[in-house]
Amino acid sequence: MVMKKYTLSIVVENNPGVLARVASLFGRRGYNIDSLTVSETNDPGTSHITLTVTGDEQILEQIIKQVYKLEEVIKVVHLSDSNTLSRELLLIKMDNGAGARTQLREIVDIYEAKIVDLAPGSMIIELTGAPQKIDAFLGMMKEFRIIEMCRTGVTAMEKDSSKS
Amino acid sequence: MKMNGSQILMETLMEQGVDTIFGYPGGAVLNIYDALYDYKDRIRHILTAHEQGAAHAADGYARSTGKVGVVLATSGPGATNLVTGIATAFMDSIPMVAITGNVSSHLLGKDSFQEIFITGITMPITKHNFVVRDVHDLAPTIRRAFQIAISDRPGPVLVDIPKDITAEFCDYEKMPPVKRREATAIDFSQLEEVAKMLNESQRPIMLFGGGVVSSNAFGSVRELMRKSNIPSCRTLMGTGVLPYGDPLNMGIIGMHGSVSSSKAVQRADLLFAVGVRFSDRVATNTSNFARNAKIVHVDIDPAEHNKNVTLDLSIVGDVREVVEHLLPLIETQERRDWLDEIDAFHRDVEYRPQGCQGCELKPHLIIQDVYDVLGNDIIMTTDVGQHQIWAAQYTQAQDPRKFLTSGGLGTMGFGYGASVGAAAAFPGTKVVHITGDGSFHMNLNELSTSVSNELPIITVLFNNRVLGMVYQWQSSFYRNRYSFTQPERKTDYVALAKAFGANGVRCDSHEELREALKEAGERLGPTVIECTLAAGERVLPMIPSGLTIDEVIIE
Repeated sequence: MVMKKYTLSIVVENNPGVLARVASLFGRRGYNIDSLTVSETNDPGTSHITLTVTGDEQILEQIIKQVYKLEEVIKVVHLSDSNTLSRELLLIKMDNGAGARTQLREIVDIYEAKIVDLAPGSMIIELTGAPQKIDAFLGMMKEFRIIEMCRTGVTAMEKDSSKS
Repeated sequence: MKMNGSQILMETLMEQGVDTIFGYPGGAVLNIYDALYDYKDRIRHILTAHEQGAAHAADGYARSTGKVGVVLATSGPGATNLVTGIATAFMDSIPMVAITGNVSSHLLGKDSFQEIFITGITMPITKHNFVVRDVHDLAPTIRRAFQIAISDRPGPVLVDIPKDITAEFCDYEKMPPVKRREATAIDFSQLEEVAKMLNESQRPIMLFGGGVVSSNAFGSVRELMRKSNIPSCRTLMGTGVLPYGDPLNMGIIGMHGSVSSSKAVQRADLLFAVGVRFSDRVATNTSNFARNAKIVHVDIDPAEHNKNVTLDLSIVGDVREVVEHLLPLIETQERRDWLDEIDAFHRDVEYRPQGCQGCELKPHLIIQDVYDVLGNDIIMTTDVGQHQIWAAQYTQAQDPRKFLTSGGLGTMGFGYGASVGAAAAFPGTKVVHITGDGSFHMNLNELSTSVSNELPIITVLFNNRVLGMVYQWQSSFYRNRYSFTQPERKTDYVALAKAFGANGVRCDSHEELREALKEAGERLGPTVIECTLAAGERVLPMIPSGLTIDEVIIE
């Protein structure tokens, strides 16, 4: 079977410990979480978990069914690439010495990223976009010296426009 | 009516139909035990020697009655001692509610005396668990715990109650007992498809497991088997589902199953599997399991479909409902050729243990003696190891819930606690605890429980002076390197039983054993019967882990 990256959208009851239950299930069954984000929703009683995981179709089916068995899970949806809007935020601190600043600014412009902090030796760049765009941008940054970076992980939502 | 949390707990348990609980007191549950003092005429509390025994007792109570087993323990070590018992119930889908006390709310999270995060610890071994943070939530939480325990695929639920909640007052209003949540509606078009497959199949086999027991489907399952003349086998958890002695009953399948059932599954063109999960002890080699057959799987838990073996058709639903709806669609068949083939397996390749010429004790004959002397209506419980498999292979249980064993977790030390639970549930029924010298040493402290409560549990101890199952693996696969499986214990079981206030007997022959069983069956209190066995006795047949029936060991 082919290993692929899948995105799951999980709506859960907003109770203490619910994230631990979902994470514990993944740990126990040996599923690898690539990224996981938790956020509030418009309903204070529920939270939204977006999770990306690598596996094959059989593992995906198992994950969905096992997650759905958790008492506090209300809904589990596998978001397919074609009908999903995925976004992630990147913060990256770059060494901007030795003439790197101008080159970095050029790349920032091309990617429509933002310089959100500037100091004599470093700058922090912020970029929002689909995970692939973040990956591509990071590929460019590797030409320079990265001091520190973090990504938020994917948050995703189903699109209605591609349904009809 | 205003009541404190402890009284509300008692009332809620009673409203759910609970009349027996198992437990052990402690600091965090002092208020609850104080309430129990007033309710002891309505809720029978059985005090065990150790919380693990109480958890197994609640489990044994649930397995033998089909009702929810309830166990009560204090915070900290009381709660952690339940863990093995809860996990045992979880692996075998047994409905249980475990209630633990905890330190008062203001002490939570401060590493207080006897504080433990038991909901964190039991997260992966319960269907769900709760911390009650407000006395107003107490009754609804207990009700929800019962509902979760019995709904869908049953299992254990834990409710952790901080001490202050057990003292606070609030209004309580009696409610009717909770009902199971509706199972997934059956897809009738699938039933027609299954019926067609079964009707057209030349060589069908059925496989039944614990799901048939928990949904009380054994009557319908037997009807299906007879109507269509389908040879049937079972898992360890499906013991008692098939009628004992019926020619269509091929016995257990899997690692220590009958040779004929494995041969038949290998030959079959259709495997109809109901309430099973295709564990590695059943489908010892998943890619070769039922390799010529289409596999149809019925289970209430959709996550069991395609988990271990790849299916041709899966049906989600309550096993009993599915089989009952399927029955009218099934044609009466003779299947002469196929049954002849099965008979040939039985005649030509089946393993048969050697008999005994009035000499030393033989495992299969010990089990036979138990049923011969005490009748087929006994409840047999086991621990885990060689004695467990011998008991399962040679049991004469006529119905489900008469053979209680830890199938999934394989918990040594399960048997005595389970016997306490079954004996408490069925005062008129004889409970026979089959154990080994290894398993018995794990929780023999519960002998004191059956003495105090006058539970006439009969322990039949298979004493081969080795940790038999591991010893057997070391013989077969580790070149007789017996690493720590010969404990060299000098335990005098007869004296031990007497020290606890029970009776103890040692037997060296079947004659002595039958006499001892007869006497034990007439006693009011418990008996331990030690049977001496040769260390070399092996559980056969055996399909080594990962292999198939082609590699079965029968001598």
